[in-house]
Amino acid sequence: MIWLTWRQFRTQVTVVYLALAFLAVLLAVTGPQLADLYASAGDDLFGRITSADQTVYYLGLVIVLLVPAVIGMFWGAPLITRELETGTYRLAWNQSITRTRWLATKLVLTGVATMAAAALASVAVTWWSGPIDQAVNSGGTGADPFYPRIDPLVFGERGIAPIGYAAFAFMLGVTLGVLIRRTVPAMAATLATYAAVQIAMPLWVRPHLAPSVDATLSFTQAKPVNIGIDAVREVDFGQPGAWILSEQTVNASGQPAALPESLTDCSSMSDCAANLTKAGYQQQVSYQPAGNFWTLQWVETGLYLGLTLVLTWFCAWWIRRRLT
Amino acid sequence: MSAVLRAQALGKKYKQRWALQHCDLDVPAGRVVGLVGPNGAGKSTLLNLASGMLTPTAGTIEVCGGRPAEDVEQLAKVGFVAQDTPTYASLSVADHLDFGQRLNPNWDDAVARDRIRRLGLDPKQRAGKLSGGQRAQLALTLGIAKRPELLILDEPVAALDPLARREFMQDLMEAVAEHEMSVVLSSHLVSDVERTCDYVIVLVDSQVQVAGDIDDLVASHHRLTGPRRDPAALPSGQHVISASHTDRQTTLLVRTETAVHDPSWSVTPLGLEDIVLAYMTRPADAFRDTRPALEVLR
Amino acid sequence: MIEFHLNARTGLSPYQQLVQQVRHALRLGLLKEGDKLPTVKDVAKQIAVNPNTVLKAYRELEHEGLVGARPGVGTFVTRTLADGTLAAHGPLRKDLQRWVTKARLAGLDEESIEALFMNTFRNAAGEDVA
Repeated sequence: MIWLTWRQFRTQVTVVYLALAFLAVLLAVTGPQLADLYASAGDDLFGRITSADQTVYYLGLVIVLLVPAVIGMFWGAPLITRELETGTYRLAWNQSITRTRWLATKLVLTGVATMAAAALASVAVTWWSGPIDQAVNSGGTGADPFYPRIDPLVFGERGIAPIGYAAFAFMLGVTLGVLIRRTVPAMAATLATYAAVQIAMPLWVRPHLAPSVDATLSFTQAKPVNIGIDAVREVDFGQPGAWILSEQTVNASGQPAALPESLTDCSSMSDCAANLTKAGYQQQVSYQPAGNFWTLQWVETGLYLGLTLVLTWFCAWWIRRRLT
Repeated sequence: MSAVLRAQALGKKYKQRWALQHCDLDVPAGRVVGLVGPNGAGKSTLLNLASGMLTPTAGTIEVCGGRPAEDVEQLAKVGFVAQDTPTYASLSVADHLDFGQRLNPNWDDAVARDRIRRLGLDPKQRAGKLSGGQRAQLALTLGIAKRPELLILDEPVAALDPLARREFMQDLMEAVAEHEMSVVLSSHLVSDVERTCDYVIVLVDSQVQVAGDIDDLVASHHRLTGPRRDPAALPSGQHVISASHTDRQTTLLVRTETAVHDPSWSVTPLGLEDIVLAYMTRPADAFRDTRPALEVLR
Repeated sequence: MIEFHLNARTGLSPYQQLVQQVRHALRLGLLKEGDKLPTVKDVAKQIAVNPNTVLKAYRELEHEGLVGARPGVGTFVTRTLADGTLAAHGPLRKDLQRWVTKARLAGLDEESIEALFMNTFRNAAGEDVA
C-alpha cells in the first residue's frame, strides 16, 4: 500500500520537493550574507539592504504562503477523487486490504509529506528572514517595506503555523474531493475555501487566541505618525514589533470623539502632539505585543491541526457510509 | 455442499428507489453462476453487495461463509472484477502485478506472469494505453492470481468486441478448470451464460425471478402448444410462466417437475434463452403470485 | 484427438452437444479405442465452456461405457461404436436413397422432404420412449 501511494503521487511529490530544494539552496547561499550584514550594520540594516535581498525576502513570503494552497489543490483534492473518477478505488478495495488501512496509509503518508514540505519551507524562510525580523522588532530605522513577524502579512509565513495550514489545506482538499467527486472542481473549491479561511483567521479569530493588551496612551507616550481629518490614525508607542488590532482617539473624559479641526491643523507632528496633549486627548490602542508571537503560533497551529483531525474523521466516515 | 453465496431478504435502497429487494439466494460452491437480467435490474447492485463494495439496506448477505469485505481474510477469499474493469492508467502492466502481489497474501505470481506472457502484453506498457480487451484481461489476471475462492465479475465482456469477448471467456473457463474457484458473473448475453455457466439467476425489476441449476431449469420448462384453452385449467404441478393465445391456439410456457401427459398438448423442449426471456418479459405481478412455489427449485 | 465445437442453434444444451460429438466421432471411426479425449481444462479453454459441463459430458460418456477415466492421466476411449453399426449402414442408406427419390418424384421439395423425415423420426422416437 505504501508502494502504491508512492507510485501514484511521486510526480506531484517530486515537483513540490524539487521546488523547495531550489528555494532552500537559494536561501542557503544568500542567507549568511544577510546575517553578516546585520551583524555589522545592526539597526541600520534597512539602509544597507540590497534590492536583491528584498526580492528574496518577498519570494520567501510568497512561497510559504503558496505551499499549503498548492498542496491542498494538487495533493489533497486528487488523492481520493482521482480514484473515484477513474473507478480504480474498486480495484484497490478488492485487494486483500481493508478500506480503513487503504485510507489511513494514503492520508498518513501524503499528510506527513505535506507537513514536512511546509516545515522545510517555513524553517528555511524563517531562518533567512531572522535578521530582518529582529531588526524590525528592535525598531530599525527605515523598516517601511518590512512588517513585524506578528503582523498578519508575515505571521503565516513564519514558524510552525504553515505546518498546520498545510495539513489543513491537504485534508480540506481530500474532503472536498470526496464530497464533489470531480478532481478539477474539487481543486477550485479547495483553493476558494482555503483562501476564505485564511482571510477570516487574522480578521476574526487570531486576535483572540492570546490576551491582547489594551492601553490608553497620552500623546507624549505615543507619537502620532499619521493624523486624519478627525482622528489620529496611527501612533508610534515604542513597540515596533507589535500587531496593532485597533486604535482610536478619545477625549479627556475617555469617550471616542472627533478631533476639532483646530487641533489637527498644525505644522509638525510634534506640534500636533503637544496640542492634543494639552486638550486632554489620548489614544486607545489594542494590540498583540511582539512577545505573544510564539503563543499565537502554537495556538493557531493547534487549531488548524484540530480542524484537520475533524476533517479526517469526517472523510473516513463519509467513505465508510456514503460510498457504500 | 456449502454455499458460496447466501442472501436472506437482501435489499438495497438508493434514496427513494429500491435497486434490489426481497432477494433470497443460496448458491452452492464450485459453480459458475450467470446473473442475467435487463439493464437496471439490479445486477450490479447484487454483485457490489456480494463484494462488499456496498452495504445492504435490508436483510443479510454471506459470501464464502463471512460478511463481505469484513476483514483481510474475507477480502482475500473474494475477487471482484468491477464493471468497465478499472486499472491504474499511469501504472504499467508489471506495476499492476507488483500491486497485486503486495496487497494479496495468496497471490500466485507464477500464474499472473504466465498469463501476461501468453496474452502477449508488454509488461512495460502503461495500463492507460491498453485496449479495452487487454485491460479486461489485465483485470481478470489480477482477479485470478489473487487465488480467491469466489471470483465475481460485473459485466466483464460488455464493452468488448466479439473476439476479445471469446478470448476473455476462454481464459476465464480455463482458470475455473485449473483453480476450482466459484464464479459469479453478470451478463446480458444469454448465449455466453448458457455456454459458460451451470447456474443461473434471473433478476428483473430489482427482484430475483428464478434461480437454479441450468440443467434443472431446462429439464423442467416446456413449451405446450395446443387448441385454445384456459391456462387456469392446468394440473396443479404445472406453473404457467407465460401464455399467448390466437383464436384457435394456445401456447404456454410452463414449469413442471413431472412429465406432461395430456395428449392434446404438443410438448417441445426449451433452450435457456427461451426460459430466461420468458421470465424477463413476464409481468411483475404474476411473479409475486408464484413466488413461494419457485423456491422448490433448489 | 477430437476437437469440440458448440453450435448455439441446435437447441441442445452444451453438455448434450459434447456427448453427441463424441458419439458421432466414435460412429464415424474418428475416435478409436485407446484414444485420449482432450482434458477438461483444454476443452474449457478452447471453446470457452464451463468445465463442469465438460466433466458432466465425460461422466455421461463414462456411464455409457464409451470412455474411462484414468486418474492423473486423462480420459480414454474404451469402446467404439463404429464396427457393428457401420456394416448395417449400406443397406439402410440404399433404402433411404430410394425413399428420397420417391419423395422427389411425388413432387416434394427439399424442405418438405426434410420436414417429413424429421417429423416421422420424432414421432417414432416418441413412441419408443412411451
